[in-house]
Amino acid sequence: MMIPRFVLPIALAAALALSGCATTSGAPTRADPLEPFNRVMFKINEPIDRDIILPGVRAYNETVHPVVRQMISNFFGNLDDMFGALNSALQGKKEKAANDLGRVIVNTMFGLGGLIDFASEANIPRSDEDFGQTFGHWGMPAGPYLFIPLLGPMTARDGLGYGVRAYLSPILHINDHVVRDVLFGVGYVDVRAKGYEAQQLVGGAALDPYTFIRRSYLQRREYLTYDGQPPPRKDEDE
Amino acid sequence: MRRSIRIAALSLFALIALPAFAQESPDQTVKRVSEETVQAIKADPKIIAGDPARIREVIEQKLLPNFDFMRMTALAMGRNWKQTTPEQQKRLADEFRTLLVRTYSNALTQYRDEKIEVRPLRADANATEVTVRSEVVRPGRPPVQIDYGMTKTPQGWKAYDVIVGGVSLVTNYRDEFNEQVKAGGVDGLIKTLADKNRAAPAK
Repeated sequence: MMIPRFVLPIALAAALALSGCATTSGAPTRADPLEPFNRVMFKINEPIDRDIILPGVRAYNETVHPVVRQMISNFFGNLDDMFGALNSALQGKKEKAANDLGRVIVNTMFGLGGLIDFASEANIPRSDEDFGQTFGHWGMPAGPYLFIPLLGPMTARDGLGYGVRAYLSPILHINDHVVRDVLFGVGYVDVRAKGYEAQQLVGGAALDPYTFIRRSYLQRREYLTYDGQPPPRKDEDE
Repeated sequence: MRRSIRIAALSLFALIALPAFAQESPDQTVKRVSEETVQAIKADPKIIAGDPARIREVIEQKLLPNFDFMRMTALAMGRNWKQTTPEQQKRLADEFRTLLVRTYSNALTQYRDEKIEVRPLRADANATEVTVRSEVVRPGRPPVQIDYGMTKTPQGWKAYDVIVGGVSLVTNYRDEFNEQVKAGGVDGLIKTLADKNRAAPAK
């Protein structure tokens, strides 16, 4: 649990600093004990997102041809599938692991190193398993909810998962640092472009985007961790 | 004379038609409503072009009659529902409805070529509350699971929750509503909803 250890002192400091200017909303709950800290992070993220990231995503969508964008998505999707195969295997899900492995082989060999997603055309399903779900499957608790500027919502467990994933990513180990950084950047824009429409919907639907995103994220991750069969939830009026 | 015959004929028709409609199983309801909505969208180039007025019309006509907004609002309010007056309940349900119409309008403009597959329901014949599972299949992309919490009413089965990819609408709004009630009471929540609905029109 490396992430909470790193985050807690900062959170405590932020919470102390904030205790003087507590807002009406923001009382910590069970799922979000670090809410005051997270809300500050959310506020810091807002202008960055609005003035830098989203205009960048729009420019990417407008200037890059849809076919090229699809190829970029497929390339990173192929990396996701490699980790999907590994994580399915780590959870003992043989069929999912086999499907993901099949996807990687088909797309890498026949799809120009992953640029073309023949496996989806052939209806080989993607497992979407990741390290956060694997840790959950092994019984690690989700830990506190976090909102990190540029990275967005996550639980401590998912954050640890992202860390492991980033560390093992082949992109991190590219020796040419310019190539490495460009690939990281393009991968980031690809992720944000895929979530762009959903983000617009949240803006229209939410009374308080912070709360809306938190509950959506926690529900979605629980659903994925339990492979679409989450245990019936108690009435969380709290 | 003629008129009374017509009324008699109509009421006879209603007697036959109503039970038939009420007997429609919840998965059939979801299937029928989905198909009607998709057809309405496909038949209208204005909707593909993103005309908000037309989209709203389709939602009002096709989707909304199949939702139980009072129950949906009650569930989203959770334990706060008990402290609301009937008048507050009506206003809450109305504002919530408007907000959801806006959200759905925005979502439907993003409709492309998706197919909706409703899974046959296996439930007790006497059940009054069921979950209908469906999948939205998009070419070359992973399917999205959409489940509907449905309740049996005298007017047939109606949806009180929509769960998209594991994210329940009612659960999401329960946090939101609870937060607003804590900050400004039930009237504060009504005001927040009304302000939101009056602000930027649906894009």
